[in-house]
Amino acid sequence: MNRSQQCWLALAVITASYVIFWLLLLGATAAYATPDSWLRVLSSPEIRHATWLSLISCTAAAGFALLLAVPVGYFMSRKSFPGKAWLDAALDIPIILPPLVVGLCLLIFFQTFAGKLIEKAIPFTYTVAGVVLAQFVVAASFAIRTMRGTFDHLSARPEEVALTLGCTRFQALWHVALPAARRGMVAAFCIAWARSLGEFGPILVFAGATRMKTEVLPTTVWLELSVGNLEAAVSVSLLMVLMAILVLVIVRRTGEKV
Amino acid sequence: MIQLENITWSTGPRVILDDVTLTIPSDTYAVLMGSTGCGKTTLLEVLCGLRQPQQGRVLIDGRDVTSLEPRERGIGYVPQDLALFPALKVFDQIAFALNLRSLPADARVRELADELAISHLLDRQPEALSGGEKQRVAIARALAASPRLLLLDEPLSALDEAMRGEAATMLKRIQQQHHLTVLHVTHSQAEATQLADLRLSFANGRVTPL
Repeated sequence: MNRSQQCWLALAVITASYVIFWLLLLGATAAYATPDSWLRVLSSPEIRHATWLSLISCTAAAGFALLLAVPVGYFMSRKSFPGKAWLDAALDIPIILPPLVVGLCLLIFFQTFAGKLIEKAIPFTYTVAGVVLAQFVVAASFAIRTMRGTFDHLSARPEEVALTLGCTRFQALWHVALPAARRGMVAAFCIAWARSLGEFGPILVFAGATRMKTEVLPTTVWLELSVGNLEAAVSVSLLMVLMAILVLVIVRRTGEKV
Repeated sequence: MIQLENITWSTGPRVILDDVTLTIPSDTYAVLMGSTGCGKTTLLEVLCGLRQPQQGRVLIDGRDVTSLEPRERGIGYVPQDLALFPALKVFDQIAFALNLRSLPADARVRELADELAISHLLDRQPEALSGGEKQRVAIARALAASPRLLLLDEPLSALDEAMRGEAATMLKRIQQQHHLTVLHVTHSQAEATQLADLRLSFANGRVTPL
């Protein structure tokens, strides 16, 4: 075996070790759950409610995140301006903040005058809308990153040609850039959706963990663990793993790498 | 007629266009020659409004268009990389400018496709086209809205030697049939010899007639 082959072998071993480690984790978790516990989990009204709320709130949060990510990602990709590096860093704040702090920031904001005014129109604190908002705040940053990367990889030249053909800048975005970025949009939606599914800290602090009201699947895992019901917690965790795998498959099928 | 009056454009300390003044009469096929990276593309971008000059005026048929947006200048532009729209079929690429203006597209698209011998490609996506086919689609797209001026940025550079002569003949025929004023940028002496009514040289930020 020559040096080059040794190098590839070493890299393959490192990669395989990491994948095997994750498969062992998932396998151990799957082995812990029995069919009976699965049935009990799926027939529990509280957990079915949490599942539906997770599906709906994640879809809403990812949809809103995409609506924000497309214009922000396009702007950050195409426009140069003073202070761009600072704005770029600021957009990542929700990614680097501890999740509990995000929830606390939301809770405190809605105690301010501006926050109370908003709450008169749409109540957020300890409501389903609050669940969506808490998921959206973090998911949007990931969606913006994805959309910016997508637009960075697309040449601006076709949009410039569209301008000479009669487009306004907005029409060039709508007719040329967006159709070209559709795979990136699917990927951004899926990443935002998956991120929202795993969100726990901000939801717990800002929207609470009230059963049959603001309980989502990560909250269920926490509630079941807190009363010592490990089997139910494991079954719900596996349900989330299956959902996450489904999202990954969709992303891969759209040809974008997460 | 294209007129540039004292156009200056620089990036940082580097002056790309240094007080450029030139006139290209109507219905003329002008070829601008210069070495790679000397700023020929920048000149075309200033002309079609994608870059604002720091100084000077751009006039088209006597009208000052310096402050107009690209869409208001009535210029067809074929960039070097052709920049076909990634998500649109050939038919939709050619119909693009007509659809924007809510004009009937079908007959005009088929007429241009016939003229450029790309009728059999109308249902194809850009990635399924050869270099020569892409070039003809990009030209048809630029001609669809009947511009008076056509800017071509090294349009033959992606073609092999055998196809260049044929493509150059096609460009000249298009210019004459559509009564276009063409500014064709290249670094090829052979293209200039075959096509040019007016030959221009671009060096050190300045344009001079040859």
